[in-house]
Amino acid sequence: MTTFYAIFIDGMIYASWLFLVAAGLTVIYGVMRILNMAHGSFYAIGAYCAASLVGWYFSDFDGNPYLSYLLLIGCALVAGLVVGVVIEQGLLRFMYKRNELLMIIITYALLLILEDATKLAFGVDPYFTYQPYALLGRSDIGGLAFANYDLLLVVVSAAIGLFCWLVLNRTHIGKVLRAVIHDREVAVAMGVNVRLMFAGTFIFGTTLGALAGALTAPSISVSPGIGVEVIVLAFAVVVVGGLGSIEGAIVGALLVGMTRSLAVHLAPQIELFVIYGVMSLVLAVRPQGLFGRTLARKI
Amino acid sequence: MIHIDRSMVGLAAATLILAAMGGFVPDWLAFILTLALAKALVVQGVVLQMRAGLVSFGQGLFFCVGGYAVGMGGQFFGIHDAPLLLVVGALAAVALAAVLGLLMTRYRDIFFAMLSLALSMILFGVLVKSSDLGSTDGFNVHPATFFGHSFSNESYKSVLYLLTVFLAGGGALILHMVHHSGLGRIWEAIRENEIRVEYLGLSPRWLLYANYLLAAAFAALGGGLTALATGHIDPEMAFWTTSGEFVFIALLGGTAHVAAPFIAAILFAFVRTYAIEFTPHTWQMILGFVLLGIIVFLPKGLWSLVQSKRRAKA
Amino acid sequence: MSTPILQTKALCRSFGAVTAARDLDVTIAPGEIVGVIGSNGAGKTTFINMVTGYLPPSSGQILFEGRSILGKPPRAIIRMGMARSFQVAQLFPELTVLENMLIALVAAEGPRPSFILPMATAKRVRQAKDLLEEFGVERFGDSVVSAVPQGARKLIDIAMALISTPRMLLLDEPTSGVSVEEKFGLMDTVMRAVRRHGVTVLFVEHDMEIVERYVSRVLAFYSGEIISDGTPSQVFADEKVRELVIGHGHATDKKRNMA
Repeated sequence: MTTFYAIFIDGMIYASWLFLVAAGLTVIYGVMRILNMAHGSFYAIGAYCAASLVGWYFSDFDGNPYLSYLLLIGCALVAGLVVGVVIEQGLLRFMYKRNELLMIIITYALLLILEDATKLAFGVDPYFTYQPYALLGRSDIGGLAFANYDLLLVVVSAAIGLFCWLVLNRTHIGKVLRAVIHDREVAVAMGVNVRLMFAGTFIFGTTLGALAGALTAPSISVSPGIGVEVIVLAFAVVVVGGLGSIEGAIVGALLVGMTRSLAVHLAPQIELFVIYGVMSLVLAVRPQGLFGRTLARKI
Repeated sequence: MIHIDRSMVGLAAATLILAAMGGFVPDWLAFILTLALAKALVVQGVVLQMRAGLVSFGQGLFFCVGGYAVGMGGQFFGIHDAPLLLVVGALAAVALAAVLGLLMTRYRDIFFAMLSLALSMILFGVLVKSSDLGSTDGFNVHPATFFGHSFSNESYKSVLYLLTVFLAGGGALILHMVHHSGLGRIWEAIRENEIRVEYLGLSPRWLLYANYLLAAAFAALGGGLTALATGHIDPEMAFWTTSGEFVFIALLGGTAHVAAPFIAAILFAFVRTYAIEFTPHTWQMILGFVLLGIIVFLPKGLWSLVQSKRRAKA
Repeated sequence: MSTPILQTKALCRSFGAVTAARDLDVTIAPGEIVGVIGSNGAGKTTFINMVTGYLPPSSGQILFEGRSILGKPPRAIIRMGMARSFQVAQLFPELTVLENMLIALVAAEGPRPSFILPMATAKRVRQAKDLLEEFGVERFGDSVVSAVPQGARKLIDIAMALISTPRMLLLDEPTSGVSVEEKFGLMDTVMRAVRRHGVTVLFVEHDMEIVERYVSRVLAFYSGEIISDGTPSQVFADEKVRELVIGHGHATDKKRNMA
């Protein structure tokens, strides 16, 4: 029974992390048809900003430790916003006419640039800002100890998922976004300011990515390369769920998270393999992902 | 029957010149060239796929298979003959591609790109976890023999250089003919309009399958040669940044002519050797900006400069 | 009565709640020239897509020369002797017109080891140029398709379809996007080539004058169904057709009234 709890809760924790990481990626693809290879870099930037700011806060500034959470979220939002705006306005908006595959290469170039930019800005030594993580203590569930921070993250992740879903399905701007997702050309013809939608979506996506990084930072050692690890995982989740679908990202995250948890507890050697195995299996059976739409070419 | 054109003469000449150079150039230069030419063979596979409209971010998979086949052949199976090891590597890669290709040829565009990336990362993960194969450190490759002859350290490198040059030259000639053959042009047609190819009575899927197999073979050849030349293999060969480099070089050279990947790979090797010495932490950034530059200013790669010069002359 | 070259029985196709084709019963004899008319969305292209294997029908049968082609992909149906052209010419945009034709010639030989040999053999180039000449577009031979005007592209699309020496040709709006002056010239060229190669033809067309001039039989589509099937005079005089497709007081009326 202990193992069941362990697998389930670990799976939920990992799934919520996966969702946080993948949500931004799927939203950007859904609206803009851009698979942002540099998504991991925003994650890394968020993590670095958070780790350095909060690290400074705890070492040089003697304030209320609980304020650090606000700092975490705050600097992620700022970092995501700034970097998102700079990249969207400075580079991407000139490239929207290009085809999807070329966009991947462009975002790959972006990834290369941001990887080194992060190294230049933050150095190559790892940051370990554990205080916000340790502050919340641990809980005992079924005889196992779980960090409350991780459990809280599940709640936060669910909240963000709900927020995204609500915006997309219950607000006016969500409706407009869904129109753009469905058919960009028709949306333009209908007078939708697609450029503005694109800019907004991209910034939202990158901010979400940075937030994921910032929220993860206290529980890991922030070092060069974390962005690269993340992009491949995020892609697996998003592809399983269906590119462009928030529901898909949620389901994909749960599926991949639970499967990985099973692997980690029962067959650790195949842990890495299992994630891509699930992805390949889903794609073999349903090429567009669980919630994806097939777009047949009209002739 | 084989129509000899200007390019083939040029390629043959270049091969002979490079081979002859082996006797004169310093060791470090020959080494760089060996690695660059081996890498270029992998890039030829990437170019082959690009001509058919596919971009693979996972050729590192077959590059790694080729390299590990060479390493494992020597370490575990007592095969020490270089040509044999290379053939084994290529066959292993084609066998793997035969299975994976059944899945991969159902996809195009970004799905193909990212699925290929994921597959190479699976191999990476498997290798990293396998302590028998040295995990992240990999292991060393013992010097191989050539048709039974073994060579001293000095001449070994030269022989390897010559082997690489001739394999590169031979590969180039074959690919040149393939590009202009019915099959090569049909691959281009698939890129242009897959539905039309279907309506001409052909199966785009199986044609792309053949393309996938051929690209895998070339990638493994490059991987095997790299393993022999560096004397070392590790999981990094399957890491996606390795595959990204192949794509970069392919874009740098362009897909118009079979010589382009070789030139681009050699250029890349030189620039990288010096750049990494001077700016180890901004090397990737430079690559990124160059890539953006190519996409914006030279979408057909460096070769388009050569082409426009030719047109200007005419 | 010889075997009809094309026969569909109760052919249906729905997309969810939308019925694009309902109970299509069509029998076409070898050598017929059939015109298909109907407003946009009436199911004409859906019909062609089903018959050529691009779209699987929801139910019904399709027989080509007496053999069922249900479930076969387009490439198999093409190999059996059918060919089609498209509403929007489907060519290879960045290749030259000649290269487009050469590829079609190589493809027509079927997948075989000789694929490894060079594509541009003298014989093939000759064949390609002859066909381009027959269609009057040989001057575009070395131009890249994306630089070739629309009317020429449609002709090339049809020329490519003829390369596989089909016994039946389906043309989807061959004159759409072509200027009024060029329409008849285009159809004259196509029909000359078609007669020379002895091909059964079915073509979708919106211009009733063209339909009248070239066909021996008309199928009128409306809302996924065939509402009339007969000679042009019969179909154009049909009340339903006048109501739903061509309108009353039609240009062709004047000609008949004057005769």
